Amino acid sequence: MRSLPLGLQVPGDTVWHRLPTGRKLLGLVLLGVGVVALQGPWLPLLALAAALAVALHAGVPARSLALGVRPLLVLLVVVAALQTWQRGWPVAVEVVATTLTLVVLATTFTATTPTDDLLDAVVRVARVLRPLGVDPERVALTFSLAISSIPVVTTLFTQTREAAKARGLERSPRATLTPFAVRTVAHAHAVGDALAARGLGDPD
Amino acid sequence: MATIELDDVTVTAPTADGEVVLLRDVTARLTERRVVVVGANGSGKSTLVRLVNGLVAAASGTVRVDGLDVATDGPAVRRRVGFVFTQPAAQLVMPTVLEDVALSLRRHVKDKREREARARAVLAEIGLADRADTSVHALSGGQQQLLAIAGVLACEPTVVVADEPTTLLDLRNARAVQERLLSMEQQLLLVTHDLDLARRCDRALVVEDGRVTCDDDPERAVAHYVESALS
Repeated sequence: MRSLPLGLQVPGDTVWHRLPTGRKLLGLVLLGVGVVALQGPWLPLLALAAALAVALHAGVPARSLALGVRPLLVLLVVVAALQTWQRGWPVAVEVVATTLTLVVLATTFTATTPTDDLLDAVVRVARVLRPLGVDPERVALTFSLAISSIPVVTTLFTQTREAAKARGLERSPRATLTPFAVRTVAHAHAVGDALAARGLGDPD
Repeated sequence: MATIELDDVTVTAPTADGEVVLLRDVTARLTERRVVVVGANGSGKSTLVRLVNGLVAAASGTVRVDGLDVATDGPAVRRRVGFVFTQPAAQLVMPTVLEDVALSLRRHVKDKREREARARAVLAEIGLADRADTSVHALSGGQQQLLAIAGVLACEPTVVVADEPTTLLDLRNARAVQERLLSMEQQLLLVTHDLDLARRCDRALVVEDGRVTCDDDPERAVAHYVESALS
């Protein structure tokens, strides 16, 4: 089973799917702020358990969720070790549980929300900025691109790392990072051209 | 059928030493249903077709589509001209197949249900109806290119420009994309290295070193290109 790509909806008819997108987005923001404000090891752990329960209730496959979080685990282990050494294990648990909770909540949000609905919600919110010259559709498109670029950039990194390995340069960060940066920028240019060709940057 | 007019067009690009000429003094009036552009890598083929919807700007000369100047009526031209790129992955920006086609319609179809209905209709037409809710990353290369074409056709253009749309595809997928492009009712402006495909078009331009060196019936133009390239 593959990990669940960000932005890919899991079809369903749960309460999480039926919630209006705007309210869900607002709820996600408020929950995010609330979770970050939690102190000590136990409340963040409780929040993580609640987030997992919501994700499972929304129909996000547990294995997909685990595979989706996996790329973050190495980073979390390093952060946990550092926090334990410097500030003690309760802080380490707090940081790791908070981060995982935010990832699970965000994944659940995208899994229960069609991207088109998300764009509509962002357009509605961004309309207040129209007097300042902001194009709401462009803001929404930026959100969508940010979400959809994650798997593409991950693939580019994997391909670049494999190419460096094939040349015996797996220990050279420059052999991976330089071409990775160049390919990412080239991809961004290609996407920009494609969007322009579809007239998505044009005024109404 | 649409009319594409290039009048004494030159395209340049800045370099460290000054500028390089990518395309020089191109004049053509394209009214045929299927027009193909052939030439070596770096000859200026892509630059030529990118002029048609404003992805590349002319340094001098004018480009018109149905009388609309690309330089001054860009948005109106882009509504008429759809563009299919070599790499389908760069064109697909939404998570699912249906959402990506619907994205093309966001500017002009405000009602979400109508957008979705039109997107589903195009997917059915192109043979991807059963993949509507699939991740775009789960499609094969050929299916991704067909999806890119669907995204273009959803906007009901009068011209479709396709820049080497089958270069990265295997034989079966390339054939499927070719047949789809050749059977469209829209005017097709195609760049390809596939000379058999080029021969099936109605008119061919050969581009060499930034100049159109032959503008003729595809059989004769391809013969000219082969002789020139291999001599």
